[in-house]
Amino acid sequence: MADSKAKSGLLLDIRNLRIEATVYPPGEAPKNIVLVHDVSLTLEKGKVLGLIGESGAGKSTIGLSSMGYGRGGVRITGGEVILNGRDILKGGKEGFRKLRGREVCYVAQSAAAAFNPAHRLMDQVVEATLLHGTATRAEAEKRAVALFKKLSLPNPETIGERFPHQVSGGQLQRVMTAMALCSEPDLIVFDEPTTALDVTTQIDVLAAIKDAIRDTHVAALYITHDLAVVAQVSDEIMVLRHGRLVEWGGTRQIIKEPRQEYTNALVSVHEIEHHEQQPGTTPFLSVKNVTAAYGRSHIKVLKNVSVDIYPGQTLAVVGESGSGKSTLARAITGLLPPEEGTVTFDGRPLANKLADRPKEDLRQLQMIYQMADVAMNPRQTVGTIIGRPLEFYFGIRGRERDKRVAELLDKIEMGKGFSDRYPAELSGGQKQRVCIARSLAAKPKLIICDEVTSALDPLVANGILKLLLELQKEESVAYLFITHDLATVKSIADSIAVMYRGEVVRYGPKSKVLTPPFDAYTDLLLSSVPEMEIGWLEKAIKGRRMASAGN
Amino acid sequence: MSSPIVKLVAQRVALGVVLLLAISVLIFAGTQILPGDVAQAILGQSATPESLANLREQLGLNDPAYVRYFHWLGGVVTGDLGTAMSSGQDIATSIKGRLWNTLFLAFWAAVVAVPLAIILGLIAVRYRNGWVDKLISGLALASTSFPEFFIGYVLVYFFAVKWQIFPGISTVYDGMPFGERMQAIALPAAALTLVVLAHMMRMTRAAILNVMQSAYVETAELKGLSAFNVIRRHAFPNAIAPIINVVMLNLAYLIVGVVVVEVIFVYPGMGQYLVDHVTKRDVPVVQAVGLIFAAVYISLNIIADIAAIVANPRLRHPK
Repeated sequence: MADSKAKSGLLLDIRNLRIEATVYPPGEAPKNIVLVHDVSLTLEKGKVLGLIGESGAGKSTIGLSSMGYGRGGVRITGGEVILNGRDILKGGKEGFRKLRGREVCYVAQSAAAAFNPAHRLMDQVVEATLLHGTATRAEAEKRAVALFKKLSLPNPETIGERFPHQVSGGQLQRVMTAMALCSEPDLIVFDEPTTALDVTTQIDVLAAIKDAIRDTHVAALYITHDLAVVAQVSDEIMVLRHGRLVEWGGTRQIIKEPRQEYTNALVSVHEIEHHEQQPGTTPFLSVKNVTAAYGRSHIKVLKNVSVDIYPGQTLAVVGESGSGKSTLARAITGLLPPEEGTVTFDGRPLANKLADRPKEDLRQLQMIYQMADVAMNPRQTVGTIIGRPLEFYFGIRGRERDKRVAELLDKIEMGKGFSDRYPAELSGGQKQRVCIARSLAAKPKLIICDEVTSALDPLVANGILKLLLELQKEESVAYLFITHDLATVKSIADSIAVMYRGEVVRYGPKSKVLTPPFDAYTDLLLSSVPEMEIGWLEKAIKGRRMASAGN
Repeated sequence: MSSPIVKLVAQRVALGVVLLLAISVLIFAGTQILPGDVAQAILGQSATPESLANLREQLGLNDPAYVRYFHWLGGVVTGDLGTAMSSGQDIATSIKGRLWNTLFLAFWAAVVAVPLAIILGLIAVRYRNGWVDKLISGLALASTSFPEFFIGYVLVYFFAVKWQIFPGISTVYDGMPFGERMQAIALPAAALTLVVLAHMMRMTRAAILNVMQSAYVETAELKGLSAFNVIRRHAFPNAIAPIINVVMLNLAYLIVGVVVVEVIFVYPGMGQYLVDHVTKRDVPVVQAVGLIFAAVYISLNIIADIAAIVANPRLRHPK
């Protein structure tokens, strides 16, 4: 399709790009791996190309190659990167430095980490402009303030005097966009710019970025793993997998008529069949009027929270960061003793403190965490990790234990060959499966899942959700499912509790919670979830009743 | 200055005072446990029991230990460090000149060593894992690994004996012209610099390398900053807290740990004074010097703590 374009409008032309890296597997000789296999792309001036794929697809690597940058020893070993009519790979280090921050700018995933905590925002925003001498300090600052205004940042005149830690995550992401636009580049590489944000904040940042791109006529490579997000901002979408091109086409064609099976899987990733169960007569776990705070702080992280969990069902707790979802889990498990209120289990109150609970109570409540790799001892094998609860709670040892471990591995759809592997040898999804097996080994009545799929690629996350639902049927275990992702909630919950600033604002069976009329916050939350629909962003912004908390 | 900083700084200073008091108790108790009797030491073996008893009474040695401790502490607080037993001189007056000499030597050693260590650290990071880095690290480690007396004698052999550029004995006296004084301390200052250099330089390198992993360093690189500017403008300001800590530890060493170097160069500083009086079992002098060293050590560490607090933008500019 590149052929049909007028050559004069061409900004970026990547031809047969090949990128390699040297990996050092433990106990083996270093070896070369190819990260990007002969990928070609073209981008016209003022257009937006979305690069999409799972982690390891090579999308960031390709994006950064337009600046001649390779993260951590990554090398561009073949092909051409033609920017504004010249091959930048021939320019050498000096050439790269001249184009970075001038012709091409970068917006990172986590602006909170990408800003230097030691300098004021304004100094960082104008730094590249001053370095390349395209404007005087006064001009650059004026331009920056104008950009702050355009990106609808609060107090555009003075926000530059602040330090990064004094500004919220969503605002920082917009300041970073302003920083990229400040030196008036031809191309901006957006690397997952909204992935680290809450949905309600993401929508604002997304809209701000989209407006800024339109008004400044800058071209952009928009990298993300979320197809619904990229569909809102890009003209074309390129689907990548394992460093190879899968499909490249107009946005409408990719999301409506995907030609490749993999693209189709990405488009329909959230469709899980789950029949909602009606709440039973008696809940086995009740949280009643729980109030909790960290330390002796007067700020209550949980305010008078009450929820019930029924045997074999899933209660999803949704809300944005800081809403108290994880604190609720900590209060239930006894990690954070509530100041007021009780947690009853099977009709009797549970001890407030973890240390006061008998082993049997501990066994009944298990947890799975967001970061599977840090939730496991890296020096223990999978067999040891899964076998540990068997020994600890049931005293099962030796061959009997190995048999149970093999059964559990079978349940999580991993062969018993994995028993001797170490966590480092597993993929992200496999690690999370091992954590699931470990919690199942205790035969608990309730598993608390704290953002268990948030760190995973959509397709992998989907597999984990399906597995959790199957296991629920087999073992009739209940889940308390903590997440900020409403799509996940829709797929697996039986009942839902929506949390906002420490309070449960809406609670009930899924069908009821997701049926209008909504309260203002639930409406905001639901309307902020990106839909795979061109023009959704504009519609959603128009229909909002309440501003998001992150702004 | 905003309130969290004032509070933190006040806390550190108060802690320092408490710590210093605790150390004064330790020093006092320690010298009490030492075998030997002060009166006996003063009067010698031939003293009669009566004169010993008289002297004990006179020195207040018959009072309970806590009374003597507070008596001693009261004196220290008002600037009276007591009298040296061996010479009968007032300790405060004889220490004053020597403390000044030690500080003078430490100051000039620090003026050379600290910037040099930090610059070498920056260069090592800029050319990390290359030959420049390895050369700097190797030389710095070698200079630290040699015992300081060895370095001292090597310096004396070349600069004083062979080439006769600097004097081998660093005599200084009151009213000595500045230039001559600087010439006199050149060799001991060089020896001290070589001893403390590596530690500070390695820490600078490690602290900055740690920061070099951060996302904001990548941001800076992607703005087109040169490698050295990335380190100087973006990495160094965030590595400053651990660097200050090590620098202060080494400054404390320059004052407290110079004993050997002062003895080698016969420099009339605190270290030599201490060594002289330890051999004479002159307890009041040992106590006084011990307390001064402790005070120096604690105050430098407090300064390091405060500097680290002030260097943190989150504390300096609260939300």
